[in-house]
Amino acid sequence: MKTHQYDVVVVGAGGAGLMAALYASQRAKTAVISKLYPTRSHTGAAQGGIGAALGNMEEDHPEWHTYDTVKGSDYLGDQDAIEFMCHQAPEIVYELEHMGLPFSRTPEGLIAQRPFGGHTNNETGKPVRRACYAADRTGHMILQTLYQQGIKHGLTFFDEFQVLDLIMVNGKAAGVVALEIATGEIHIFHAKAVIFATGGWGRLWEITSNAFTLTGDGAAIVLRRGLPLQDMEFYQFHPTGIYKLGILITEGVRGEGGVLINDKGERFMDRYAPTVKDLASRDVVSRAIYIEIREGRGINGQRYVYLDVRPETVNKYAALDGRTRPDGSPYVVTAEELLAKLPDIIDFCRTYLGIDPVTEPIPVQPTAHYAMGGIPTNIKGEVLADENGTVVPGLYAAGETACVSVHGANRLGTNSLLDIVVFGKQAGIHAAEYAAGADFEPLPGDAADFARAQLDALLQSKGQERIADIAAAMKRVMMDHVGVFRTEEGMREALQTIRELKERFKHIRLDDRGKTFNTELLSAWELGNLLDLAEVTTVSALARQESRGAHSREDFPKRDDQNWLKHTLAWKPADGEVTLRYKPVVITKYQPKERVY
Amino acid sequence: MQVTLKIFRYNPETDKKPHYETYRVEAEPTDRVLDLLEKVKGQQDGTLTFRRSCAHGVCGSDAMRINGMNRLACKVLIQDLGTDHITVEPLLGLPTVKDLVVDMEPFFEHYRSVKPFFINNDPPPQKERLQSPEERERFDDTTKCILCAACTTSCPSFWLDDQYVGPAAIVNAHRFIFDSRDQGAEERLKILADQFGVFRCHTIFNCTLACPREIQITKAIGEVRKAIATGRLD
Repeated sequence: MKTHQYDVVVVGAGGAGLMAALYASQRAKTAVISKLYPTRSHTGAAQGGIGAALGNMEEDHPEWHTYDTVKGSDYLGDQDAIEFMCHQAPEIVYELEHMGLPFSRTPEGLIAQRPFGGHTNNETGKPVRRACYAADRTGHMILQTLYQQGIKHGLTFFDEFQVLDLIMVNGKAAGVVALEIATGEIHIFHAKAVIFATGGWGRLWEITSNAFTLTGDGAAIVLRRGLPLQDMEFYQFHPTGIYKLGILITEGVRGEGGVLINDKGERFMDRYAPTVKDLASRDVVSRAIYIEIREGRGINGQRYVYLDVRPETVNKYAALDGRTRPDGSPYVVTAEELLAKLPDIIDFCRTYLGIDPVTEPIPVQPTAHYAMGGIPTNIKGEVLADENGTVVPGLYAAGETACVSVHGANRLGTNSLLDIVVFGKQAGIHAAEYAAGADFEPLPGDAADFARAQLDALLQSKGQERIADIAAAMKRVMMDHVGVFRTEEGMREALQTIRELKERFKHIRLDDRGKTFNTELLSAWELGNLLDLAEVTTVSALARQESRGAHSREDFPKRDDQNWLKHTLAWKPADGEVTLRYKPVVITKYQPKERVY
Repeated sequence: MQVTLKIFRYNPETDKKPHYETYRVEAEPTDRVLDLLEKVKGQQDGTLTFRRSCAHGVCGSDAMRINGMNRLACKVLIQDLGTDHITVEPLLGLPTVKDLVVDMEPFFEHYRSVKPFFINNDPPPQKERLQSPEERERFDDTTKCILCAACTTSCPSFWLDDQYVGPAAIVNAHRFIFDSRDQGAEERLKILADQFGVFRCHTIFNCTLACPREIQITKAIGEVRKAIATGRLD
């Protein structure tokens, strides 16, 4: 066992972790530990853009962005945090550009912007071009740029180290326990401050846009250490995943004029969102697709619809909508322009579907995409222990694993990339500041015992269950009953199944009991995390008897501000029942009203 | 359909030397090679070890040799291979850690050696630095690199001498050398003019064929060579 000492340890090296580390390292001795090489992180899969009211294409204001985000959140987002993020947005996008990020450009040489779902001109209600983009590889460029800066500034990386546990001493964070994947050796990272930036848990569901590695490790660890998770019932299904595969097709496709079409050839979003149509918020569009499929209007009666971005279709509907270019001329696209703006999407379709989206429509279905909930934090990235906002000293979280909450019940597209850089930066600054005024807590002698016991239990388990079978059963039941539409009956069944799977999980069999690069052991440990998060998600969702944002109850179809305009906090003691408590939403300027697009 | 997978196996804890193991799996023609590796690991042999993450060709984790070609396992469909016999082996030129996992550290060391980061020492403007769409297009191709190492480990010059920085490092230098906002071209060109730099390239084109992002790597290397020879960046 090796022990290291750093002022600040950042866990995770996607956009939030790297941004946190770049800032923390300016004044504190900082290490980044990541189970992947940093450039493998899922930030790199984000496509369409990062939201900021630069106004490069047309009039726009951070306050419009703020309102759109509040409305998009179905009024569950905390308005102080949302206002902070949206007003920081232009400055942080310029900061990324100054780091060398290669944004696409306007003819004037400015950062190019495109429309995205739910982002509007607040006066006309029409879509506004707010998503700053680099073709359809914006996340890739952010991830690469931040990693490049990490190299430039000599950040210390521990690549392919799997975090296993959080060390808490006297109620304060004192470090983490991690496994060096190549050797199987346990390392203790003794720290004054710990920042979790471990990403989401889309692998809970069968159809997902998320990488294999998105297993909610940070959230599950925090939960196991007796801290709550917030708003876990709010999980976003992106409307357009490639049929069966779940691979993301960016909303930017609809931003460039693509439309959703059912089996009758109808552009059905007309009926669900008369003003912004295909560019309604993601929860609205995902539900519309589910309803079309359920009512028999999926293509050939199957469980998908078409996303049609053929130039003739785009131009037809752009003319019907009266869409214009910034100079006022009619909006007309060519196949070449689409190729230039959406090269990766076109490549995905050619590779995985064998179709060319400029001549054929793309079969799509909603795909599990993004956790609005997570580890509760304030604007500084400080982790909160309860409904009174009590701060856990030395513990920070940022990015998808955190819940600030800027996304509330439904995240707007482009706000996740914004969230990771804005709040990654805040967590980094404040963790370093905290470390400057804090001492190292003495490490307990048994700091690694809990982590080691978890691995030993998996390695020594003598059952016959295969982890792949348990994972498949979990993903299926979550997809069927804790997905886009939910009912009490379905979720009770899901909860029952998850508890049975947790029992079966105690009787797994691993083939690989070695030390070197034991990915089977890690997959088993990750599955344990997912099972815990599945249970917390389902219990939180069962309790919330209303429909809001991504949480859509068929037995409670209306939003209920009287009883449910509040955040859920869920605790899960080891082998105990999940307990729920609630805290109020921060409302500053915008009183809840009916949400119409 | 039934597919036969012949997979390179090596576990340093138990094996004196590598060997191959054969697995039969039921597959759809549209399955990715990665799907089959997952099936083997999940249902037949949990000890099989490989890296993977995004599963759609953007993270670069699962570069390996598939029927002799460097590919991403998540970007090759069974139907594209034209055979139901698939041989899977680790990348060449990097030490094998276990099965299909190679030690990536030498690769990243070369990457870091070319200053793969933005250099501009002028104080930044209030807003964005301006760049025309044409200037942005100049280096677009090399911004696509995902550092999967498929190119570098397909290069005979790299196999011959692993001190050669390799195609991926040059691609990442190119991305900055031809960025109109960057001021570090001179120092990078100096590094790449070194004996282990661009002149090790013998335009064999393996790298270009291997690149899962379809970057015109040999062309990029040629442009860097030309910049060194002429001292001009056009």
